[in-house]
Amino acid sequence: MVDPKTPDPKTAEATKYLSHLELGEPDKTFLDSNELVINMGPQHPATHGVLRVILKLDGEQVLGTECVIGYLHRGVEKIAENRTYTMFNPYVDRMDYVAAVSNGLGYCEAVEKLLNIEAPPRAKYIRVILTELNRLASHQLWLGTHALDIGAMTPLFYTFRDREEILKIFEKYCGARLTTHAFRIGGCQYETYEGFERDVIKFLDFVPPKIDEYEELLTTNRIWLERTKNVGVISRADAIALGVTGPVLRASGVKWDLRKAQPYAAYSDFDFEIPIGTNGDTYDRYTVRMEEMRQSLRIIRQAVEKIPEGPIMAKVPKVIKPPVGEIYHSIEAPKGELGYFIVSDGSTQPYRVRVRPPSFVNLQALDIMVRGALVADVIAVIGTLDIVLGEVDR
Amino acid sequence: MIGTLKGQYGSGIREANSYLGQNYMIVEPSIVSELLQVLRDREKFDYCVDITAVHYPEREKQFDVLWILYSFPRNERIRVKIMISDGESVPSAVPIWATANWLEREVFDMFGIRFAGHPDLKRILLPDGWKGYPLRKDYGIIQQDQEWVKANLGIESGQ
Repeated sequence: MVDPKTPDPKTAEATKYLSHLELGEPDKTFLDSNELVINMGPQHPATHGVLRVILKLDGEQVLGTECVIGYLHRGVEKIAENRTYTMFNPYVDRMDYVAAVSNGLGYCEAVEKLLNIEAPPRAKYIRVILTELNRLASHQLWLGTHALDIGAMTPLFYTFRDREEILKIFEKYCGARLTTHAFRIGGCQYETYEGFERDVIKFLDFVPPKIDEYEELLTTNRIWLERTKNVGVISRADAIALGVTGPVLRASGVKWDLRKAQPYAAYSDFDFEIPIGTNGDTYDRYTVRMEEMRQSLRIIRQAVEKIPEGPIMAKVPKVIKPPVGEIYHSIEAPKGELGYFIVSDGSTQPYRVRVRPPSFVNLQALDIMVRGALVADVIAVIGTLDIVLGEVDR
Repeated sequence: MIGTLKGQYGSGIREANSYLGQNYMIVEPSIVSELLQVLRDREKFDYCVDITAVHYPEREKQFDVLWILYSFPRNERIRVKIMISDGESVPSAVPIWATANWLEREVFDMFGIRFAGHPDLKRILLPDGWKGYPLRKDYGIIQQDQEWVKANLGIESGQ
């Protein structure tokens, strides 16, 4: 037994550094102490970027976490105040860089609302097709990396292989694969290229068996079930209180999707389901996102079949000067509710742009989801939250 | 809803209006804490979408602080806005919506607005020792905390 008053000279050196441990209690040495604080990240590959999580552990059990964020902070909101409305448009792509099209859609629609104009129907359909393709790409990237974190390596190769087809369509449409800057305030810059519909339909026929393939690898896989069932559970009430949105909220049993609740673009024209979960665990979030991929395909097919002819750009003044006022507009991005709050002072530059990032708000739920879980579950939960640090830090 | 609230708070609600189809209220800071509680409990605005601020340096009451709320049962949004002067603190909404925690920390980080009763009000995106509040209008776009940059990154300038 160790007497704290007169420490053993051999351990005295060590205890100097470990004074916070309760060495005074009988039968306790600094080796079997109760709490341990360790640091995960910011360069840990499973944190999907630069996220630092401080974990307080008892053995392997997590007692609490604290996220340290901001490593990727670029001051997007400040930049917006110093650019014109048009100049700021490409910047939004750099927030959630795996779903850049959604970012652009939200921003363009918010400014259009402020200008009180509407994009023409054809532009809206093009927007829906590209945004839904991007949702699929985002979910594929999520699935690949999430499965990789948990230990299944194959889905990563499958999903990246198939995601490539979407990026090819983007590249052919606007020349960029990731930070697309596909939309403009008032509509779209580019008309669809020759054979766009054919490419999209080809993709729609190509991808459903691939999604089945991902499911074959995981849905009934015993290891996958053990690692995801009842892991990172968040109740419906907690999810609402924490402002969690997107697939994470739906997996907790809230049937809420902005595409249905407050339809924007052309979403009211399409028929699709909102998949929901019941337990709010990592497995439910997985099944919700898998089903969302199929629903996205459904929307794209309807959009390609019904796409109207006509102009792709509304009558927008050369210099965009919205009248004085404030607007909040949000869309259902792949991660959740992505909102833009824009204040105009009547000049060519926004007075203030606030981005309501889904990843930032969802990440706040990490703590409640991993308490009492194991360290390995923290990795699974970070994956299932589907955060993009570019959007968390802006 | 606005009618009952106006009856309850009288001149506490300075303006209740809608712009481009979006409803907003401008209220006195003294009633905002109670009002937010009422909006959540009685009017079922159960989801706090966002908390943010806007800086108007030429005004006496320099800051607008906004709560963007959404109600799942009503499928409606509303914005609640107060105006405060520099140094004045705002009652924290953390007891009402847990999500307010990080959102208020970000407002504090970017504007230096203090939230009274917040459990852990500290910077969130910028480093702890940083001086200045970047989203204030008097903070330049290329301005940095040079001392911090020198001490922590070991370089003359972050530019």
